[in-house]
Amino acid sequence: MIKLAIIGFGNVGQGFAELLIKKRREIEKRVGKFKVVAIADSKSSISGDFKLEEAIEIKKKTGKLPEDRIAIEIVEGEDYDVLIESTITDIETGGAGLKYIKTALKRGCHVVTSNKGPLVVAFKELVNLANRKGVKLMYEATVGGVMPVIKLIRKYLAICEIERAMGILNGTCNYILSRMEEEKLPFNQILNEAKELGIAEANPSYDIEGIDAAAKLVILANTIYDCNFKFKDVERIGIDSITPEAFEIAIKRGYTIRLIAEASKRVLKVSPRLVPINHPLAVRGTMNALMLKTDTAGNIVVMGRGAGRKETATAMLSDLIEIYE
Amino acid sequence: MLLTLIVELEDKPGQLLKVLKPISELGGNIVGIVHQRGRKTPLNRIPVEISLKIDERKVKMLIDKIQELGVVIRSYDEVKLIATTSLLLIGHIIHTDLSDTINRVDSEDSEIVELQVCMPEINRPSTAIVTISAKSPEDLSKAISKLKEVCSEKGIIVIEPVEEEFL
Repeated sequence: MIKLAIIGFGNVGQGFAELLIKKRREIEKRVGKFKVVAIADSKSSISGDFKLEEAIEIKKKTGKLPEDRIAIEIVEGEDYDVLIESTITDIETGGAGLKYIKTALKRGCHVVTSNKGPLVVAFKELVNLANRKGVKLMYEATVGGVMPVIKLIRKYLAICEIERAMGILNGTCNYILSRMEEEKLPFNQILNEAKELGIAEANPSYDIEGIDAAAKLVILANTIYDCNFKFKDVERIGIDSITPEAFEIAIKRGYTIRLIAEASKRVLKVSPRLVPINHPLAVRGTMNALMLKTDTAGNIVVMGRGAGRKETATAMLSDLIEIYE
Repeated sequence: MLLTLIVELEDKPGQLLKVLKPISELGGNIVGIVHQRGRKTPLNRIPVEISLKIDERKVKMLIDKIQELGVVIRSYDEVKLIATTSLLLIGHIIHTDLSDTINRVDSEDSEIVELQVCMPEINRPSTAIVTISAKSPEDLSKAISKLKEVCSEKGIIVIEPVEEEFL
């Protein structure tokens, strides 16, 4: 019996629990029986014998879980095999998530996380800790949402040298740029549209300044090059200065503009780039895409939804299965 | 390739056309024409600098044809520019001394061969597309770095293309 503890029970945590309910049969066929032994958020928890459906229901109704034990107590004290961590991202300090992940790894438990912060701040430290303890640290959901890029790099392309990775790692920016391309309207107008649709946050700076894409790029580059790149190593330009005229001029010459995150051994950068209209990275809407240039396998392109409750949960579930299969 | 030709023309109507005709017949594409009126020769001829793009196999033929027409060719210099790329610039491109920007990027091995500026209204940032050609990919990447450095000083954003060899 695989024992899971879910820490962080917001959109992603609940999405993961829903997917466990929906896919129970398929999961058990692959990795055997499992049980969620505890769920916690920063203020409350549930543990012992409980149904996942009930936990989701209670959280939705009351905004919290029935017990008073908080996340850190569960992480430190509960008996589990895998920590499912989906707490709030803090890319400056790693936030509470960093402490939860470290604690779980130290206890010899596997970790599946959707949280970029801890990996941006302490990638090498966490990977080394997991290796020392002989457990797995899985983070597919942190880069490109549901696109299977981390496992692609770690497993399938393990023998390849990846000379360069280029991708669209932020769906909000891609939505804004592809709408500017279609409508030739000013940035601010499209940004407001994106806010109304719930695609952009009320405070969109995390997306439009390229911070989110840069955080993902750090994780991606560290995975590819086995390095210890930090957030400050990323050269970064956002999309807020892009004019409608830029699209007009670009399109006349067969280009569009996209926010591209690029990593090679020497350079990490996130910046708006001219992309030929027929290029695989000229994707539209909130899509994400990643192109890897390898020495022996040529170019490989992956495309998919970069965010979303079900999508993120799917990526986390694939990590869980990977640990035991 | 880019060819820069300086011819001496008599100061009377129809002279320039004589030179342009063979260029057009050989499929050349004129990039720029500058009349150097201030530098009239003692024989009262005006030096005219013509920059054009032309198939390098046709250069000799062009020079011969122009000379056959009795036009004096003072000099011509072939720059073999084989690497080219276009970049977008966004910012106060004109008011931050555009000619200074161009001069600092131009070198013996690379030059800005085209620039198109779009100015929506006063006080709003302009958008431009610049095309840089260079003698080699290395020279091109040097010129791009230089352009980025100059633009960063002037608060202009540079949008580079993704590498197309990546396709």
